[in-house]
Amino acid sequence: MDPKSFLYAPSHEWVAIDGDTAVVGLSKFAVDQLTDLLTIDLPKVGDKLTAGKSFGEVESVKSVNDLYAPIGGEVVEVNQAVADDVQVLSEDPYAKGWLVKIKVADPAEAAKLLDHAAYEKKIAEDEH
Amino acid sequence: MADSTPLKTPLYEWHVANGGRMVDFAGWSMPVQYTSIVEEHQAVRNGVGLFDVSHMGRLAFEGPKALGWINAVATNDASKLEPGKIQYSLLANDLGGLIDDILVYYRPDKTYSIVCNASNREAVVQQFADHQEGFKASLADRTLETAMIAVQGPAAAATLRPLVDRPLDDLKYYHVVLAKVADGVDALVSRTGYTGEDGFELIVPGPDALKVWIALMESGASSGVVPVGLGARDTLRFEAGMPLYGHELSDSIDPFAAGVGWAVKLDKGDFVGAEALRQQAKNPGSKRVGLRLEGKRIARQGSTVTSGDRTLGTVTSGTFSPTLQQSLAMALIDTEFSAPGSKVVVDVRGKAEPAEVVPIPFYKRPRA
Repeated sequence: MDPKSFLYAPSHEWVAIDGDTAVVGLSKFAVDQLTDLLTIDLPKVGDKLTAGKSFGEVESVKSVNDLYAPIGGEVVEVNQAVADDVQVLSEDPYAKGWLVKIKVADPAEAAKLLDHAAYEKKIAEDEH
Repeated sequence: MADSTPLKTPLYEWHVANGGRMVDFAGWSMPVQYTSIVEEHQAVRNGVGLFDVSHMGRLAFEGPKALGWINAVATNDASKLEPGKIQYSLLANDLGGLIDDILVYYRPDKTYSIVCNASNREAVVQQFADHQEGFKASLADRTLETAMIAVQGPAAAATLRPLVDRPLDDLKYYHVVLAKVADGVDALVSRTGYTGEDGFELIVPGPDALKVWIALMESGASSGVVPVGLGARDTLRFEAGMPLYGHELSDSIDPFAAGVGWAVKLDKGDFVGAEALRQQAKNPGSKRVGLRLEGKRIARQGSTVTSGDRTLGTVTSGTFSPTLQQSLAMALIDTEFSAPGSKVVVDVRGKAEPAEVVPIPFYKRPRA
């Protein structure tokens, strides 16, 4: 998977949409900002995600952070490797460290997300 | 604070240029971490780390009645200090609430100075001003013209020794000397710290701080020296069971419950808050304890501690201990449940997490 083809929420989650399914993860920038990840709480298969609403939390030594759904839909798969060991997310946020797969409720919601270039621009601005 | 622009220490530019992630803390722009809290923490436990602690308040007394003034305001007995010694002490208000915890230095030149928390510097200055009557002395705030660097870890002495014009081996814990460091910089060098490791703190003129810092980075290179931010400073002090104002200490936590009652000398003569503290000493309703949680989630400040239907108290600090690899917390709880081994429950963001009372400090450094 190529992070350049993903869409991003301003809250740093990424989504890769393929037809009516989508893979959701957390950006490398967010993972680097958090550092020292300890635990992650992910939803269960069958849970409904609502765009912009929390669907889990990730905790680092420094802080607890909500995960916000970039797009709504029903969870069809959870990445058990990440649920078991959050270091998988730390090490490979764009491939092995994906979080959930969902069946997209409304593809039009993706229009609100940032493309890779716009996201890069946003995080560059946040750094200042 | 009148000005919302954070203050910068003389090392600010170095922090930014070396990956320091800067945050506003107590009116200062300070590095919270450079690489990772856990990596910086381990470097201090296993080798040596450098901390810019220039945000701490540094106040100097002048005048013949400085000792009497300090003893009338602070809770410990400063008259017990010999030249070259440092004492942990507290400032209480009239109701026995804590304004700050401080270090009182009786410097080798027989003058007194104080190091206090950045967040409380103005309150400390005010408290001394409010209780000056009758004491012929003055208090000058030297914070902005000086810098303070902590060198901490088992390799701290090896790192500092080549840079100082005097031996360090005879400098004992909580003692202070005047020395020249890094080719002639006048420094107040103390064997103190906030990490639970051997270490030193240096107070130097602000314009010399960068030179001293770079010399320490070079000297410590063979021991794996790293700069350490506020994040690891907190996890290190936490493992060592050291209280932090705003967490284990506050104007509503009495010093006896907080475990710093030893720094309150009720028989030394009158001082601010003595009467209220005398009452509190008789009746400690709660106690600061350590908690070990079963899971990995962190019980952060404010989490409620319960047993059955009973609320026992609240968590004051919590973290995932990098050394012990456990989720640990300090909490102020009912004395009845304060014995090690007591089983309690902590509400971690809505989820009940089982925990056990354990002794503090959580970590003690191995003694040679």
